[in-house]
Amino acid sequence: MLCSPGILKDKGVLSINRRNSDFIMRYNPRRLFPLVDDKLKTKELALQHGIAVPKLLGIIEIYHQIKQLAPFLETLDDFVIKPSHGSGGSGILVVTGRSGKNFCKAGGDLIDFDHVAHHVSNILSGMYSLGGRNDHAIVEYRVKFDPFFAAISYQGVPDIRVIVFKGIPVAAMLRLPTRESQGKANLHQGAMGVGIDIATGKSCGGVYRDKICKVHPDTGESTEMIEMPHWSKIIELAMKCADTVGLGYLGVDIVLDQDLGPLMLELNARPGLNVQIANGVGLLKMLDQVESLKEVPSSLQERANLAVELAQKLD
Amino acid sequence: MGRNVVRVWVLFLTVVGLSICYYKFAVLGLPLKPQQDTEVWTVQAKISFLGDGGPAIMELYLPNIIPGYLKLDEDFISGGFGFSVSEEGDNRKAQWAIRRARDLKNLYYRIAVARSDHQVMWQSHPAFPKAPDYPEPYASAIRSVLDEARTSSADIATYTAEILQQLNSQTPNENVKLLRNKAGSAEQWVKELINVLQGVRIPARILWGLTTSDASSYSQLEPLLQVHNGQKWLTFDPLTSERGIPANFFSWQVGSKPLFHLTGGEQVEVTFSVVKSYKEQIEVARSGAKYASSIFTDYSLLSLPVQSQSIYRLLLMVPIGALIVVFMRTLVGISTFGTFMPVLIALAFRETQLFWGVLLFSLIVAIGLMIRFYLERLMLLLIPRLASILIIVVILMLLISLVSHQLEADRLLSVALFPMVIMAMTIERMSITWEENGARDAILQGFGSLLVAILGYLAMTNEQLMYVMFVFPELLLVLLAASLWMGRYNGYRLFELYRFREMKKIER
Repeated sequence: MLCSPGILKDKGVLSINRRNSDFIMRYNPRRLFPLVDDKLKTKELALQHGIAVPKLLGIIEIYHQIKQLAPFLETLDDFVIKPSHGSGGSGILVVTGRSGKNFCKAGGDLIDFDHVAHHVSNILSGMYSLGGRNDHAIVEYRVKFDPFFAAISYQGVPDIRVIVFKGIPVAAMLRLPTRESQGKANLHQGAMGVGIDIATGKSCGGVYRDKICKVHPDTGESTEMIEMPHWSKIIELAMKCADTVGLGYLGVDIVLDQDLGPLMLELNARPGLNVQIANGVGLLKMLDQVESLKEVPSSLQERANLAVELAQKLD
Repeated sequence: MGRNVVRVWVLFLTVVGLSICYYKFAVLGLPLKPQQDTEVWTVQAKISFLGDGGPAIMELYLPNIIPGYLKLDEDFISGGFGFSVSEEGDNRKAQWAIRRARDLKNLYYRIAVARSDHQVMWQSHPAFPKAPDYPEPYASAIRSVLDEARTSSADIATYTAEILQQLNSQTPNENVKLLRNKAGSAEQWVKELINVLQGVRIPARILWGLTTSDASSYSQLEPLLQVHNGQKWLTFDPLTSERGIPANFFSWQVGSKPLFHLTGGEQVEVTFSVVKSYKEQIEVARSGAKYASSIFTDYSLLSLPVQSQSIYRLLLMVPIGALIVVFMRTLVGISTFGTFMPVLIALAFRETQLFWGVLLFSLIVAIGLMIRFYLERLMLLLIPRLASILIIVVILMLLISLVSHQLEADRLLSVALFPMVIMAMTIERMSITWEENGARDAILQGFGSLLVAILGYLAMTNEQLMYVMFVFPELLLVLLAASLWMGRYNGYRLFELYRFREMKKIER
C-alpha cells in the first residue's frame, strides 16, 4: 500500500517539500514568476526571442469588449480561449469548429455564443486566476496536433513536458488526454503521463491516476517505445525557453502542430512530480548531477549532448 | 546555510520557551494542571490594650522568615495609628504610634500563607557566647551532662541532640533531675537548655511560632530551640529532642525579646488565630510570586481583567490549530480548502459541539453546493455570485435554526455561530474544484478540511492544553520553533509514500 521512505530515497524520488525548498525557492527568483504565470507576458517574451508559440489572435481585457467578441469570432473557424493567469489547465475553452450559429467544443458538445461570453466574463472576473484577481482572456490559434498521437489520445491536445534545470533538460514526459481528463493534459485531472528517455527520445513506462500503466486507458494502444518526432527540436525549444525566462527550475509544455512543428504552449515555474512515476525514476539523481556541474556550457548543442551523457551515466 | 540558521533558531526558541516555562513551574510554583486546590492558612494576631490618654507606641514582632510556608498576602488594620515596619536581624518589627490613646484599642495583623517547599533560612551569624560561671550545685551537674554527651557525639548537631536526649531522658539521673526542677514552663526549659549549651560555647536561641491545625482556630506561641552550627541555624524540639521544624510549625519570632512592647497603655492582650481555607493553586502561586517579585508574574495574562482573559484563552489556541494545519499539510499531505479555513471551522465547532458542528457544516455545504451548481447555469458574474451564495448560506442557517426550534432541538440553534463568509467561500471553492478536477478531488478536499477541522477542534478544546497555553504563554515560542522546523522539512509527506507506491515495483 505504502512505499517506504527508504526505497523512495534510494530511487531518488523528489518530494514536494524538497522541490519547494531546495529547487523552487533556490533557483526560481520570485520576481520572475509573473513571466510564466501571465501567459500574455510569456508569449510576448517568446516572440521577442524567436520561440515558436501558438499565434495570438486577440485579447479581451474588459467586460465591454465581450460585445465585440461575436463579430470577431465570426471570422474564426476554430480557436482557444484561455485565462492569462490560469493555473493547472483550468478555464481553457477549445472550439474546434462551428455548426451554424453554435460552436463545437473539443468534447463534441455544441454551445451557443452566450455560453462563450459567460466563460469569458468568468475569466475576466478572476475565477481561474490565483487569488481571484481580475484577469484577461486570450484568444489564440488552436493547435492542430500531430496525427502521430491520434492513436494514444482521447480528444484534446497531447503535449510534452520537459523539465529543464540550470539550462539542462533533466526529464520529459508525454501527457495524453483521456476521457476522464476531458481533453485536458493535466495529470491530476486524469490525463495519462508517459515517460520519455531524455537520451533517446523514446517513450517508456507510463502513469495513469498514480498507477503504472503501459496502454492508453481509452484507446487501449500501447504507449511504449514510441519515438518522439522532432525530438532534438523539442529539447532545443525547451532549453531556449529556460534561457529566455531565466528560471533555474522550469517545466516547459510543448505541443506538436502538424504544420508548424513544436510550439511552446506554456511555462511552469512549479512543475509537478508525476514525471517521476511516468519515467519510473526519481528526479533527484539527475538534479544532483546537474547541480554539481562546475560549469554549464552555453551552446544549446553542447548542453543537449551533456544531458544525454548525464542521463546515460545514470543507466 | 539557511537550514543551519533555522536549526539554531529552532533550538534557541525551544530552549528559551521551555526554560521560562520551567522557571515558572519550578521556582514560582505555577502548577502544570488546572484547578489544583491548596490549603491556605490565614494567621491573625489581634492586639488590644487600654490607652492611658497620652501618646502610645505599640511594638510587635512579626513573622519574617517562615520555613515551609510561602507568604501570599499580609495586611494591617491600624485604625488611626501611624504605622511602620522595620527589620531587626532575623526579626521584623511593626510599630504603631498614636498621639492620644484613650480607652480600648484594637490592632490587627493578618498574613495568608500556603505550605511550600520554598527554601528560606535565617541568615544571622551569632558570636560564640562566653561560658558562664554556673553556681553550685548546678555547675557540676551541667559539667557531667556535657561531658557525657561529648563522648558520644561528633559535631554541634549531634552534640546538641545528645544533650537533649540526656536532659529529656525517661529515666533521669540526679543531675538531670536537678536541672529539670529549675524550669517551670516550656519557655524556661528552653532558656535553661540555652544556658547549658552556653557551657560549651554553642550559640543557641529561642524560636517562637504557632502550630497550624484544623482542631482549633486559637493558637499560642510555642518555643523551639535553635543552635547555630557555624553555617546555619538548626532547630530542635526542646521536649522530644526531635530535630527540624515540624511541618505545621509557623515561625513567628527568634530570640528572647518579648513579643510586644507598649508605652502609654496597659492591659495588653495579644491573641492568635489560625484559619484554614482553600484556594486554587494558580492563585496561590501568583500571589506568592508577587512577594518574590518576578517579572513573569507582573506581566502574566492572569493579571488581565477576567473579560479579556477569556479572549486570550481562545486566542492562544489559534496557533495550535494553525500548527495542526501545517502538520497535516506538510508532513501528512492532506489538502484542505483554504489554508486556515479548518481553524475557523474548528473555532465554530467549539460553540456547537463536535457532532452537531460536523452535521451542520456538512448539511450547509451540501445544500449550498447543490444551489451553487444551479447558479452556474444562470451564468452570473463572480462577485455577485459569491454574494448570492453568502445570502443563501445565511438563509440556510436561518431555516435550520427555525426548524430545529420547532422540533425543540435547541442544540441546532448554535448554527448561527458558523462563520458564514468562510462557508460561502468553501462552497465556491469546492464547486470550482468539482468542475475542474472532478467530484473525487472536491470530496476528498472537503473531507480533508473537515478532518483537519475536527483535529483542530479536539486540540483547541483540550482543557489541559488551554490551561497550559494560558499560564505558560511562552510556549508560543516553542510553537514558533515547531513551525520553523516544519518549514524546513524537505522529506516525504505521508501521502507521497502512497502516491509513489508504484515506484517500488520498478526495477531500474
